[in-house]
Amino acid sequence: MIVGERKPIQEIVGMLKGMKKILILGCGGCVSVCSAGGEKEVEILASILRIDRKKGGEPIETVEKTLTRQCDTEYLEGLKDEAGNYDAILSMACGVGVNYLADMYPKTPVLPALNTSFMGVSEEQGVWSERCAGCGDCVLDRTGGLCPIARCSKRLLNGPCGGSQNGKCEISPNVACVWQLIYDRLKGLNQLEKLKDIFPVKDWSSSLHGGPRKIVREDLKL
Amino acid sequence: MNDVNQPDIVAFCCHYTAYACSQDLQNLPRLGFPENVRLEILPCSGRISITRLLKAFEQGADGVYVAGCWEDTCHNIRGSQIAKKRVDYVKDVLAQLNIKPERVEMYMISREPNRGFIEVAKEMTERIKRLGPSPLKGK
Ligand code: SF4
Ligand code: SF4
Repeated sequence: MIVGERKPIQEIVGMLKGMKKILILGCGGCVSVCSAGGEKEVEILASILRIDRKKGGEPIETVEKTLTRQCDTEYLEGLKDEAGNYDAILSMACGVGVNYLADMYPKTPVLPALNTSFMGVSEEQGVWSERCAGCGDCVLDRTGGLCPIARCSKRLLNGPCGGSQNGKCEISPNVACVWQLIYDRLKGLNQLEKLKDIFPVKDWSSSLHGGPRKIVREDLKL
Repeated sequence: MNDVNQPDIVAFCCHYTAYACSQDLQNLPRLGFPENVRLEILPCSGRISITRLLKAFEQGADGVYVAGCWEDTCHNIRGSQIAKKRVDYVKDVLAQLNIKPERVEMYMISREPNRGFIEVAKEMTERIKRLGPSPLKGK
């Protein structure tokens, strides 16, 4: 899922300066699951913002809503009769949702309440970590299912750098060296010979280097 | 209760701690429980939500606290520890809003029949008197 966390309160307060009525819009997808921007977090943020404004003697009206997803035309369309009623929509979705709102509602300011952090897993309650960087050309068949792009600090494709120490990355003793993990896993699978295949230079055009990405599936289009 | 001598305090209390102090809550004032503290009884302190704590401030409370059992005596095992995490969250929010985080507190009290329940109510009242009315008052 996409993992995010709420921006510092004062940063959000700063964005809303002078505004009198806002829609705080949650998303029922990834950010609900990671407890950053679902219905409950919308309620909390709305209360925080009202407290701040009341304290300053400039109350703000907050309307609270949570859509099933903010990355789908179908759900965002539901706002078309009301989008114009607000000084801004404060989105608690990931950056995808914020962007799509801005695309669909050119006349309404749209603001991000979260920092979109990464695509990752929920290791245990309250702990998330990154697993995939969406490079567009997956190599996990060659690395035992462990991603050297998202999980190697230097994105190396042919084994660890010289800074790998006791299985840890040189950036921090708390970060596993993914190349150590890849080695251990391939060894456990009896596939160590895979490491002898040298990765050619990776073509990053399927990643952000090739410009904004898009997928069109004619088989699904109506 | 805008008078600084009578701070408006909301106390969210677990059923067990409240009744350990006085089997009959009507008796509390007679036992010295401050009248400016409004009690909201919860089945367990772990039921408290961040939203409820924040809303109490929004609605004008000068101070808010949660009273639950000692960490290792909670009837629901981790209820009071969960409540403490939520109180800590609200403390952090208040600090970010430049409101004194001491306006919210978590008290863990023995479930034996005792006066701890009344003592924390008095302590919180004194603390809030020192801090003065909520900065949201009269706004
Ligand atoms: S808008 Fe973002 S957070 Fe919400 S479902 Fe879509 S990808 Fe997930
Ligand atoms: S190789 Fe690319 S697509 Fe595969 S997990 Fe890593 S970043 Fe994601």
